[in-house]
Amino acid sequence: MSQTEQIVPPGRVLRYHFRERIIHWTTSVSYIYLLMTGLAFWSPWCFWLALMLGGGQVSRMLHPWLGLIFAVGVLMMFGMWASQMHVDENDKNWFRSVGHYARNEDEQMPPAGRYNGGQKSLFWGFVVCMVLLLLSGLVLWFPEYIPWSLRYVRYIAVLVHASSALITIGIFLIHVYMGVFAERGAMDSMVHGDVSLHFVKRYHPGWYEEITGQPASPKK
Amino acid sequence: MSQATLRVQRISGHAGSVAGNDAQREFTVCKLIDTTTCIGCKACEVACMEWNDLPFGETVFDNTYQTMPETRWNYWNLILFNEHEKDDGSLMWLMRKNQCMHCADPGCLAACPADGAIVQYTNGIVDFQQANCIGCGYCITGCPFDIPKMNPKTNRVFKCTLCADRVSEGLEPACIKSCPTGCLHFGSKDDMLKLANDRKTQLREHSNFPNAGVYDPAGVGGTGVIYVLHDATNPELYGGLPADPHVPWSVRLWKGPLKWLGNVAMVGGLIGLVVHYLRFGPKEREETIKQPHEGVEP
Repeated sequence: MSQTEQIVPPGRVLRYHFRERIIHWTTSVSYIYLLMTGLAFWSPWCFWLALMLGGGQVSRMLHPWLGLIFAVGVLMMFGMWASQMHVDENDKNWFRSVGHYARNEDEQMPPAGRYNGGQKSLFWGFVVCMVLLLLSGLVLWFPEYIPWSLRYVRYIAVLVHASSALITIGIFLIHVYMGVFAERGAMDSMVHGDVSLHFVKRYHPGWYEEITGQPASPKK
Repeated sequence: MSQATLRVQRISGHAGSVAGNDAQREFTVCKLIDTTTCIGCKACEVACMEWNDLPFGETVFDNTYQTMPETRWNYWNLILFNEHEKDDGSLMWLMRKNQCMHCADPGCLAACPADGAIVQYTNGIVDFQQANCIGCGYCITGCPFDIPKMNPKTNRVFKCTLCADRVSEGLEPACIKSCPTGCLHFGSKDDMLKLANDRKTQLREHSNFPNAGVYDPAGVGGTGVIYVLHDATNPELYGGLPADPHVPWSVRLWKGPLKWLGNVAMVGGLIGLVVHYLRFGPKEREETIKQPHEGVEP
């Protein structure tokens, strides 16, 4: 099904077509598994997560494979979305007024396009962290094959893996918070694919102008 | 030495306190290896294989006396041979029995995430519990001596146990029992240090080894296996014995400050989001999106 074939109700716009949604949710499920098992390996106080998921041995065995799925998912997102994620001057302005955004004063924000500065940062954060996690993860997957003379590779890998995972946890929390709780309609767009024109006008005025040809705010 | 020596004083990947720790005063056990009287007969290698019932693995012939380049998951005790040419051109044949050092501050245990996979008994023995091992191999990264080895079939890590099973019954480790020259000794750490220092003095004063010394590296809190070396200023000569071993700095950073920072950030972030939601709420109520013109006043 191509993106133009999906029929959306009147007054609504297709934001994520089927391919985007399926890749997003495949990546999400793998990420949540990685997060739970990763936290189990991170701290003894979270080891119960591994027990809940079938035990430490199973978690250790599956974590790298799910990691590969996650990496492929992010890679496909990169292929789909990278061209829309160029950070421009507008996004930098967006970040300068991020305080207004946090206080829900969206009308005082510089008009965002299809993606705002925060969303673009999330995207690049996940892409960069995925690469770091993949490289360090391969080392952690087979530590016994790293010769003693190259042990520094292992020393660096444990730090890189944990640090970049922590960064993804930070942006993941914000992502889930924004999508599920803060921006009503965002979750809908990733499930059913469409958003209301009102949503587009409010959160992505630049995109609104792009698809409707009308100014998002009458005063402009 | 009684069963009480097998009280656990440290556990890997364990949330909470350690039952049994400090319950009873115990002396730590120690193996002393006098490299100056080792003849490289490999009786200890055989005794280790026999007692621990380790499956046979192929040895490697490289035109030297070396059985194989390094210890394996099923070969915990290996003598490392080095033909060392001294400055005056004379030759010294250095032999060092290599095995787990049973560090007082074990890097393997610090790095291990699996609850109870690595324990340190109150008598100082560091022991792997394969039933709890998850096969992550973090211990391999944590060890400054390259000792833990992965069994690729079972994905569990193995190493020398200091014959914890024998020691708990009041016996010496199998390697000690087999040594024909008496270069291996076993007893309390205090006794072994005394013996080692006496031997060091003897070597310095009577055998023309002015650099003779005892290897009990402080970087890992001292070890449960100590060496007497002819030249303690250069332990690397003895099959790459590290001069100043430490738990890797990255493991310390990872399990120390980074862990605290990460935990504070994760919990703080979660609390922050909840507080934000209670303070500011969603950006817009769903009803107003769908019916923007409907009055909400009662």
